[in-house]
Amino acid sequence: MTSSILKVENLQKRFGGLTATDDVSLTVEPGEIHALIGPNGAGKTTLISQLFGELAHDAGHISLNGQKIDSLPTPDRVARGLARTFQITCLLPDYTALQNVSIACQVQKGHSFHFLASARRDTDLQEEAAVLLRRVGLEERAGELVANLAHGERKQLELAVALATRPRLLLLDEPMAGLGHVESQQMVDLLLSLKGQFSMLLVEHDMDAVFALADRISVLVYGRIIATGSADEIRSNADVKTAYLGEGDELC
Amino acid sequence: MTQSSSKTLLGIGLLAVFLALPVIADMLGQPALTSLATRVLIYGIAAASLNFILGFGGMVSFGHAAFFGVGGYVVGILYQHYASGEPLFGFLPGTNQLLITLPLAILVSGAVAAIIGALSLRTSGIQFIMITLAFAQMLFFFFVSLKAYGGDDGLIIRRANEVPGLNMRDKQTVYYVCLAIAVLFFALLTRLVNSRFGYVLAGLRQSEQRMAAIGLHAYRYKLVAFVISGMGAGLAGALMANFMRFASPDMLHWTKSGELMVMVILGGVGTVFGPLIGAGTFIVLETLLASWTENWQLGLGFILLFVVLYTQGGVQALLQRVFGSRS
Repeated sequence: MTSSILKVENLQKRFGGLTATDDVSLTVEPGEIHALIGPNGAGKTTLISQLFGELAHDAGHISLNGQKIDSLPTPDRVARGLARTFQITCLLPDYTALQNVSIACQVQKGHSFHFLASARRDTDLQEEAAVLLRRVGLEERAGELVANLAHGERKQLELAVALATRPRLLLLDEPMAGLGHVESQQMVDLLLSLKGQFSMLLVEHDMDAVFALADRISVLVYGRIIATGSADEIRSNADVKTAYLGEGDELC
Repeated sequence: MTQSSSKTLLGIGLLAVFLALPVIADMLGQPALTSLATRVLIYGIAAASLNFILGFGGMVSFGHAAFFGVGGYVVGILYQHYASGEPLFGFLPGTNQLLITLPLAILVSGAVAAIIGALSLRTSGIQFIMITLAFAQMLFFFFVSLKAYGGDDGLIIRRANEVPGLNMRDKQTVYYVCLAIAVLFFALLTRLVNSRFGYVLAGLRQSEQRMAAIGLHAYRYKLVAFVISGMGAGLAGALMANFMRFASPDMLHWTKSGELMVMVILGGVGTVFGPLIGAGTFIVLETLLASWTENWQLGLGFILLFVVLYTQGGVQALLQRVFGSRS
């Protein structure tokens, strides 16, 4: 058996009396897309933030490639191959799309204590960034300031920036949120094109997208994972139906 | 006109004005103008240093006068030991050589900035503003109580530091020395903000969370920027001590930090030359308004209000809109 790229064991997070993450254990295997679904407020983003080191967990362990990363700050986790996208896009608004990606390429290359040489002449970085923009379908918007990008384009850019850090595991926090039907389908196609090259933990509400993409699905309700399995297993799971999908519509 | 060529033009225009100024001042029979311009250059360096972390890096330091004052005191203390012949700490001889005092002032203020920055940068936002202010006030009272070096009254420097081959007793020579240093400073600053480091620093202003998410250790970069900024302010302080032939706790007073901030805002936050223009505007206004009324700050306050509310980026942005639209 190959070792998991991400292994979460008995993770716990409490905010006062609220248990946001309740004894969560899950794994992401190499090349796998593992989807995490659950109703609003289930603690999906909180979980992602803990995996990425933006929030400290209270108990349990997180391992990346077999190494414990519990106490590592976010930048060190990025250096070990973790990348995330944000549900509420978090980009550099005064920079162009290209600059947002090239600065990530720059940081990935090592330290930035270069004080005198002009960064505008870093054509290597810009070419690398341009390739990534093409990959997410934003090449025509490269020179546009992020402040002028549409919501869907920002979602694509988030992904390009994450890829620029050369990750092994992508933590995708609702990449389809707020996208129209066509844009959503484009994002699914994009993620499908990346499948196999990167492992992904995908948090998503769009069930069509989840069933199209995921190898395995875990259902998170009130901070607790109530089921993990293939799409069919999740569809037929009674607990899931009552807790989550049952309140929904004919999707499943 | 592209943005970078208009900036180059602005730099060249400013340089031409500063180069010709002493000649024009003499022709007009107003030699005091040269002194005014010297102060503009020196405060311009200090304000641009503050702007490096405030405008580019998004760190609002309210204690930058501390580094300005430390730079001034390095010149003053070294001069006092030079004059008395007693070595500093028992082994360091004093000196009156500008080529030694300036680098030392830069180093010492950089070291002070490293200590203050290392502690302050663990906070951000309002806490950062308050803690930098608190450190500056601590240093202010330290120098007030430093009786060996004049305490409250400050230190008189009988003669400006010497530079081999130059007559530093001549105000015009001092002016041109300051101008040469300012040109060097602004050339370096331009390189700095366009470097990889400057690129990262501006990224940190926009979103620290994003910069962490692409793998950047924010603290290290902010600390280095803070130290560079403190060094620039220390350089300005050392020049000011030479120009005024005086170093006093007033240089470290919190109102001085406020003045530097006003200059940055007047001129244009987050621009290279904005703070220099801001320093010029501030000092000219101060001189003009003070000749009319004792309460000149009131007038300055109204002008600052106007600039903040209506120019969208200070005097520099105003100039660019007025002149930029025609070209």
